[in-house]
Amino acid sequence: MYSEWIVSILLLIGGAFILIGSIGLIKMPDFFMRLHGPTKATTLGMAGVLIAAMVFFSSTQDGVSVKELLITIFLLITAPISGYMLIKSAIHHKLKAKDGTKGLDNVEDD
Amino acid sequence: MRLESRFRWLPTPFRSLLLFVVWLLLNNSVSPGHLVLATLFAFFIPIITFPFREPQPLIIKPGLAIKQLLLVLYDIVTANMQVALLILGPVKNLRPAFVKVPLDLSHEMPITILASTVSLTPGTVSAEVYPIPESLPEGEEPTQRYLLIHVLDLADEQELINTIKMRYEAPLKEIFQC
Repeated sequence: MYSEWIVSILLLIGGAFILIGSIGLIKMPDFFMRLHGPTKATTLGMAGVLIAAMVFFSSTQDGVSVKELLITIFLLITAPISGYMLIKSAIHHKLKAKDGTKGLDNVEDD
Repeated sequence: MRLESRFRWLPTPFRSLLLFVVWLLLNNSVSPGHLVLATLFAFFIPIITFPFREPQPLIIKPGLAIKQLLLVLYDIVTANMQVALLILGPVKNLRPAFVKVPLDLSHEMPITILASTVSLTPGTVSAEVYPIPESLPEGEEPTQRYLLIHVLDLADEQELINTIKMRYEAPLKEIFQC
């Protein structure tokens, strides 16, 4: 059962990346830095889990399962948009950035 | 930049292809019935919805677009590893910064793609496009646009700007020819 090995390894990798993304949420000092975890580390985590699902259903059922590809595509499209909306509203509310953040004068008021 | 397709009956070729593929993926089958249905949808949905939408630049170099997509996918994987390392490392060593990247692109669609690419790749999240359209006088086009990005760990500002312009913006310019 090679596929079981592949599935479990992929699930572990995916889970690890999602966990790291969540650790980033707690650990980072300000809102803007916290945003980096969910927009990136979790994308690869989700990809790992979805590929695992693809391998699992392709090996246990007839035919190839490709629906998971769609989820991946939608995720890749929506992750930057939600990140953009969050950071835009943060700027609008003038949230404090961590001391020592460079280039704060690049941020214009709206 | 070309806004109109060469074929009147296929106003948005890329969207048609996308509809075709998504329909087949959703149904998880390539049976003849679904192939016919997908073809019908790919033809008629763009024709019906085309008048409602603002025309967007068409992809002129599909080969380059696929190459760029693969590059971005590769970058997403490396970006994830880098950010994971940054998150696990000591927080006080991080050098967060806001950086303004001057844009050569002028149309909304390529700018959106660039901003999304920047959000998904190493240590950067795009925040805003300046100038904000509402702040301009009615009907006036801005002469120079900027993309404001937040960087998790900034080493060299100019180098970062150059990387974004060379690696992500230049191919987009060529793909859309604008």
